[in-house]
Amino acid sequence: MEFQFQFDWQAAIDSIPFLIKGIPYTLLISFGGLLIGFALGIVFGLLSINKKWFLRWPATAYIEIFRGTPILVQVLFIFYGLPDLIGGPIDPLTAGIAAIALNSGAYISEVVRGGVQSIDKGQTEAGLSLGLSRTQTFWSVVWPQAFRRMIPPLGNQAIVSIKDTSLFSVIGVGELVRQGQIYIANTFTAFEVYFVVAILYLAITLSLSLILRFVERRGLASV
Amino acid sequence: MTQIVKMKGMNKYFGKLHVLKDIDLTVEKGEVVVIIGASGSGKSTLIRCVNGLEEFESGTLEVDGHPLAPKSGNPKSLAEIRKEVGMVFQQFNLFPHLTVKKNIMLAPQKVKSTSQTVANATAERLLNRVGIGNQADKYPSQLSGGQQQRVAIARALAMEPRLMLFDEPTSALDPEMIGEVLDVMRELAKEGMTMMVVTHEMGFAREVADRVIYIHEGAIVEQGKPDDVFDNPQNERTQAFLSRVLAH
Repeated sequence: MEFQFQFDWQAAIDSIPFLIKGIPYTLLISFGGLLIGFALGIVFGLLSINKKWFLRWPATAYIEIFRGTPILVQVLFIFYGLPDLIGGPIDPLTAGIAAIALNSGAYISEVVRGGVQSIDKGQTEAGLSLGLSRTQTFWSVVWPQAFRRMIPPLGNQAIVSIKDTSLFSVIGVGELVRQGQIYIANTFTAFEVYFVVAILYLAITLSLSLILRFVERRGLASV
Repeated sequence: MTQIVKMKGMNKYFGKLHVLKDIDLTVEKGEVVVIIGASGSGKSTLIRCVNGLEEFESGTLEVDGHPLAPKSGNPKSLAEIRKEVGMVFQQFNLFPHLTVKKNIMLAPQKVKSTSQTVANATAERLLNRVGIGNQADKYPSQLSGGQQQRVAIARALAMEPRLMLFDEPTSALDPEMIGEVLDVMRELAKEGMTMMVVTHEMGFAREVADRVIYIHEGAIVEQGKPDDVFDNPQNERTQAFLSRVLAH
């Protein structure tokens, strides 16, 4: 018997409306998580370069723990483990957002640290010598320059986090991959459906890359 | 006469390195003091102590009536001192993300709550004064080194300082731009600004300084009127240093 495989275009096209329903969840988890992750990143990134050890150590511990363990383990821990501790269930969406927030927050902390440390000490000295307080010097002199340098690595992290949300199909969030799995269970068109799923991820990440490139060019033009 | 800077028995260490040794120094209002010495002699460190960019380990320092304790005690005094003392750096240290004008407006607006209109007018006046009124809306990277340093001087002047510190202001400049920066400093001196200047420009020191101080290995070895120090140095270390720098 001869084996013949043919890409079933019709099956691929038919799957699109169902798969697209996963995109809002993918975007909500990624960008909701990243937004909180950015806040965490600023706080822990700045704490990690504080002179006081009792501020620096907890921040470093947080960064190392969430950078050093797989995000899949983190989300499983939050979804299946934490309910034992808090005595009630956590819905999958919240668990997913929390996992992206905590995980990206650790990486973004490092981005923030690197960005801030890359600014020449002379900038701080100039601010202080003009009478600005340490806080004023940081927020009006150092931070705007550091933030510009942080845009490329932040974009990188956003793309990583968007793809990480695909792992959350294991806790049953109706994101892209989960939608694909459900669809395949009924049609057995794995090849076509995962192909479309991949294309949809690519569409999201490529759009983001384009936007970031535009922002970067505008942001750097003035320096 | 009012003494703007009073240092007594000041000592500073970088780890085990004793960089400033028992410095006694006073600067009168309106006086231009030029500090010379070999690199690594501690002259930059000395003026960086005046506005607290460096801490010292022992001794006393008083700037315009505000006492600074060793190990950066009296944070309140320090804040007052920094409002009243301007500083110009070797590397300019302009803020690259702000236009020339915003560089000058930042401190008056943030520190003295000066209104936008007033800060803007001050910035324009100062830029004209240092001869680059037409560059106000450019970014620092679009200017030459000499122009950048003149912006840095204008930025410091915007806070209406009672004392200006210059830390090798022409050392990072191409030779053809040194003159334009020294001209601005000469004007300032003429108008009665109190200045402490660390420089290798001996011609400027001789012409503008009221007093020249020679520092060797962290100690003040000789000081006096420029003509006396340059033409008739008493200490053999000063003689050796001057014969080296004036030879070429």
